[in-house]
Amino acid sequence: MADAAIIVEGARKKYGGKAGKHALDGLDLTVARGTVHGVLGPNGAGKTTLVRILSTLLRPDSGHVEVAGHDVVRQAYEVRLRIGLLGQHAALDEELGGRQNLELFGRLYHLGARHARVRADELLERFGLADTGRKPVKQYSGGMRRRLDLAASLITDPEVLFLDEPTTGLDPRGRVEVWSAVRSLVGGGTTVLLTTQYLEEADQLADRISVVDAGRVIADGTADQLKALTGGDRIDVVLRDAGQLGAAVALLPVPKDDVPVDPDRRLLSAPVTDRMAALSGVVRALEEAGIEAEDVALRRPTLDEVFLQLTGRDERVKEAV
Amino acid sequence: MTAYALTDSWTMTRRELAHWARQPVQVVVNLIFPVMLLLMFGYLIGGGRGLTGSYIDYLVPGMLALTMAFGLEGTMIAVTQDLNKGVIDRFRSMPMANGAVLVGRSVADMLQSALALFALMGIGYALGWRAEGGPGAFLGAVGLLLLFRFAMLWIGIHLALVAGKPEMVQAVQILVWPIGFLSNAIALPESMPGWLGTVVEWNPMSQTATAVRELFGGTGTDGVGAAIVWPLVLLAVFFPLAVRRFGRLSR
Repeated sequence: MADAAIIVEGARKKYGGKAGKHALDGLDLTVARGTVHGVLGPNGAGKTTLVRILSTLLRPDSGHVEVAGHDVVRQAYEVRLRIGLLGQHAALDEELGGRQNLELFGRLYHLGARHARVRADELLERFGLADTGRKPVKQYSGGMRRRLDLAASLITDPEVLFLDEPTTGLDPRGRVEVWSAVRSLVGGGTTVLLTTQYLEEADQLADRISVVDAGRVIADGTADQLKALTGGDRIDVVLRDAGQLGAAVALLPVPKDDVPVDPDRRLLSAPVTDRMAALSGVVRALEEAGIEAEDVALRRPTLDEVFLQLTGRDERVKEAV
Repeated sequence: MTAYALTDSWTMTRRELAHWARQPVQVVVNLIFPVMLLLMFGYLIGGGRGLTGSYIDYLVPGMLALTMAFGLEGTMIAVTQDLNKGVIDRFRSMPMANGAVLVGRSVADMLQSALALFALMGIGYALGWRAEGGPGAFLGAVGLLLLFRFAMLWIGIHLALVAGKPEMVQAVQILVWPIGFLSNAIALPESMPGWLGTVVEWNPMSQTATAVRELFGGTGTDGVGAAIVWPLVLLAVFFPLAVRRFGRLSR
């Protein structure tokens, strides 16, 4: 594919020798240039291993991996010229200040002393860190640290940017800060590969999403396509009395197994085909049976539901509920 | 890529120097520590059993060698911290010369050790220690000490890459003491039980201390050969091991 910024074919990586576990088990992935691609998966799915291979930090055991037109193993240097990396943990010098960090990295990208300084100032300004002065990074808040880390990964305007769980451990405010920074990048034509365990994050930022589990891609598509996999819309009903949930489920014209209930929230959630007919039908049926409802709402499935269904962990979650 | 090896190494050295500027207290503490040891052993503990000459002339070269040996743990701490802070991932994902991270560490640690040497010699001078072998012998002695430190440096880098965890640094910090003291730095091997004396004389640090004593005292150069060979042997083993370990971070 000529316009692909990232091509992964059959990538395998095993840790810990022969008896080890495959972190990547024949993973395939293609990311079109200039798009944001979300890689969604639970802990241990192989997301970080994938990013470390793409960013030349780790060699795959086998498979073909190409970033920005260059092989990550044989042409690591060429790849490094063209990528930016925001790892799961801040890759910054904690003792130094923000400007010192960016200047250091700028010099190591061989921008030259003057240009490195100018670039550092630009980025500090752009990420709202211009007034941090000499304060060492270890005194930064989580959100500030992440923004500086992001700034550091953008020093050379990379063709491809890797973001490995960019908002893990951030408070909601820090998360929104990082999201808006990522969105502003995409306009500039950068290809972004983003891993996350937050479905909302993939939904918010990514053009396409690959769902990864046990080192393989198990589903691929836009957020809407993935949501459609679970069979369309759902209706949520919150009852006044949790004891009537069973009776309410029995009223519905769908198999009982397709209707998960949550007694704590007095909630049932059923798949629907015709939105309006379902809404009026449910309200009428509840009224006739004398079951009081507090709330009835139609909605699209969440990525959570898609995800749980795809990774086959639905059962466990139900038990937990 | 190699065209940038020098520039990148210099940039990484500057990074270490920027850390010094950030933490001048730390730098001073690092200089004071060996001085404190010198004063302790010179005046409080009062070693030198079985010695004919002045103890300070025996002790100062020993403490210089001991300070170089203890440098190992400083190197190990610094490398371990870098490895665990993720900043090394950024360096490795950048188009910079591969070895610059290690070269920067080496240059900075050698500078720090040179400073420590001169601080210790200054205090030694104030306490009555004199280098009587002439300028050539003096430079030779400093050279041997720094060569020994250079060997310790690469052992430190290797241990940090092998252990990789701050907990392991503590183990090394503890072990460095008996190994440092299993030498002739502060006590004469002749004053120890026979077998212990033999171990002590084989300790590479003792070889360096002995040669340095000879050079400072102007009493000969018999020990110089061993003080050159031992560090070179250690380097021949640990330099390639450390470089290979560093390369294998991508495994």
